[in-house]
Amino acid sequence: MSEAPTLDMADFDPQDLALEDIDVSQRSIWIHDKKMAFFERLRDEAPVHYCKDSEYGPYWSVTRYKDIMEIDGNWQDFSSEPAITILEPEEDFPLPMFIAMDPPVHDEQRKTVQGSVAPANLKLMEETIRSRTQRVLDDLPIGEQFDWVDRVSIELTTQMLATLFDFPFEDRRKLTRWSDVATADEESGIVESEEARQAELYECLEYFTRLWHEREEQGERSDLVSMLAQGEATKNMTPQEYLGNLILLIVGGNDTTRNSMTGGVWALNQNPGEYAKLRNNPGVIPNMVSEIIRWQTPLAHMRRIANKDYVLDGQTIKAGDKVIMWYLSGNRDERSIDRPNEFIIDRDKARQHLSFGFGVHRCMGNRLAEMQLRILWEEVQKRFHMVEVIGEPKLVPSNFVHGYTEMQVVLHPH
Amino acid sequence: MPKITFIEHDGTQHTVDAEVGKTVMQAAMDNLVPGIDADCGGECSCATCHVMVNADWTGTVGGPNEAEDSMLDLNPERAANSRLSCQMTVSDDLDGLIVDLPEFQF
Repeated sequence: MSEAPTLDMADFDPQDLALEDIDVSQRSIWIHDKKMAFFERLRDEAPVHYCKDSEYGPYWSVTRYKDIMEIDGNWQDFSSEPAITILEPEEDFPLPMFIAMDPPVHDEQRKTVQGSVAPANLKLMEETIRSRTQRVLDDLPIGEQFDWVDRVSIELTTQMLATLFDFPFEDRRKLTRWSDVATADEESGIVESEEARQAELYECLEYFTRLWHEREEQGERSDLVSMLAQGEATKNMTPQEYLGNLILLIVGGNDTTRNSMTGGVWALNQNPGEYAKLRNNPGVIPNMVSEIIRWQTPLAHMRRIANKDYVLDGQTIKAGDKVIMWYLSGNRDERSIDRPNEFIIDRDKARQHLSFGFGVHRCMGNRLAEMQLRILWEEVQKRFHMVEVIGEPKLVPSNFVHGYTEMQVVLHPH
Repeated sequence: MPKITFIEHDGTQHTVDAEVGKTVMQAAMDNLVPGIDADCGGECSCATCHVMVNADWTGTVGGPNEAEDSMLDLNPERAANSRLSCQMTVSDDLDGLIVDLPEFQF
């Protein structure tokens, strides 16, 4: 930390700050939804930008689409260890997980679980997901205000996770809680202290350790706990490594799709012309799903550590430096995406976005996420003329999880 | 121009004229062959342009390069003749090439 008082970014127009004083990690610009203007300035004037001091120490911001692809695809020069967010891991509470490991260990562990969400398996799940989605939507009140985040987005993603883990269904909201706790810190309002956070995560480990013991002897089953308990590359994991990988799978399957489920409704409400397009042509839904995932970018960044000195856009990133790839910014880069600030459900090449990452760490559940969102929108369109957002949704106070804690809506049937 | 035949999982065949120097992925995209997504646009970073090379052609085409191999390796449905079509450059030697498309892209 520097001795000078820290500037609060939210008090400034980004154009009024010296480039060297800009810190896009500051929570205030995320809470007050001012980050996009800061990213625009960095993309235009300092696409590879060094912040010499922040709450998380010094770091580089990479904000253009093509530069992010270059780094994401290069695991040899940019390591994912020991963590993939800007926040440094707690020294006394390391959480090893395969997304935060480099090849070859990453590949071995990932392969153990990849099959559970591979396309062939998804075909088998489609009908279950559809009937659950129908049930959730049919239970919603008509013409009466309620929280879409809680009743739809959290409920559907949590049910899906419970199925993938074969987790006791009645306890499924524990998964939601652990997901929120895992990405929380003391200032998030979700946990009271780091100690309280760790205590809750140990409860998670304890619960899942019971499931592990039940399943390690049960013969071949296709749930994620059995896959981890029986897989050659994972069966001898330490408890902390088991917890790390559980959190990866819980957060990966929860915080992401949840916020795209909410973000899509919000985007359509702000773009009535696009909502009309959707009503006239439900065939556009698969394309719209990709556009929602780009527009929302539910994980705003991933981090790497440079393994060697590396020159990018004329800047020298030194070996050992922390590099933040701002996916949210890259997905708004007009150098690579036509009219990037507009939400266009029939956009050409909508699949070409950064939200899933690229390279060996690319999102493992991308096809599942797309399927969940497609089914949701198919079923919503069958039932409702409009899901109307009342007021503005509340944002998660985070520079990593880019999403919503609450969004009040009213349903209007056909 | 060399001709390349893409065979969808359901057996539908698409024979297209491919421009020398472009990639097999681009030949499919230029001719609107369904079943190839190419989410990364040809950077060997997403593995969504996966094809299986016909047995008569595996010798001519050869195996994957190192970066391609590590991307293919993430796909549980990888086969011995799997390639990423963005890493295959069209040449006159590939005139008549036949590739099968997987049921799903990764």
